[in-house]
Amino acid sequence: MAMLHLVNKSPYDAGNLATATAYMQGGDALLLIEDAIYAAIKAGKASAMLAGKNVSVLGPDLAARGIGEDKLVEGINVIDYAGFVDLVEANDKVQSWL
Amino acid sequence: MSEETKKFMYINRKAPYGTIYAWESLEVVLIGAAFEQDVSLAFMDDGVFQLTKGQSTAGIGMKNFSPTYSALGDYEVTKIYVEKESLDERGLTLDDLQHLVWEDEDEDYAEKDSIRLVSRAELAEVIADSDVLFNF
Repeated sequence: MAMLHLVNKSPYDAGNLATATAYMQGGDALLLIEDAIYAAIKAGKASAMLAGKNVSVLGPDLAARGIGEDKLVEGINVIDYAGFVDLVEANDKVQSWL
Repeated sequence: MSEETKKFMYINRKAPYGTIYAWESLEVVLIGAAFEQDVSLAFMDDGVFQLTKGQSTAGIGMKNFSPTYSALGDYEVTKIYVEKESLDERGLTLDDLQHLVWEDEDEDYAEKDSIRLVSRAELAEVIADSDVLFNF
């Protein structure tokens, strides 16, 4: 029963990402949207929480915040809104860590 | 400066777009600047994300207010403090931020940098030396 974990808060301002990653099980996916995209910056401290996880990040939210794809953790999937829908469809349920 | 002039410090600690704080701060700063106070801005914690260059909001349907920061110099807002520890922790450097300048009319309109990269300890001193604090 794979689950999609959705996080929208900055990992430097809130504990949502820490909780989400702690609750992820094998086969689960993580999608970073809105202010959570800052977690994907490779040189940032919070990126350590993403190690070994299946992580996607919403491209339009990256662009809005001026964070180039070259700054991201390797192996992360940059997706658009259609890709967001695909992820929701590919998983049995969605847990939104608001 | 008259005796009425106070040192106003605007402390910015939130990322842009996820919440309305960053934009609200900018609007208050611009209004306040019209009253000829001695204005400083500080960016710390997630506030440093407000100043990243290359923001493009077409894909999220929100107004891109980041070009407004480059207009601050025209409003005589020339002291923009950025805390180095906050940049480091988030994997950013000064090169990732907009190059903000102001023109010094006393020196034949020479362009000068508005951003002052400071340590947490240095910024604490600047805040302590301010008269009025606004938090966003």
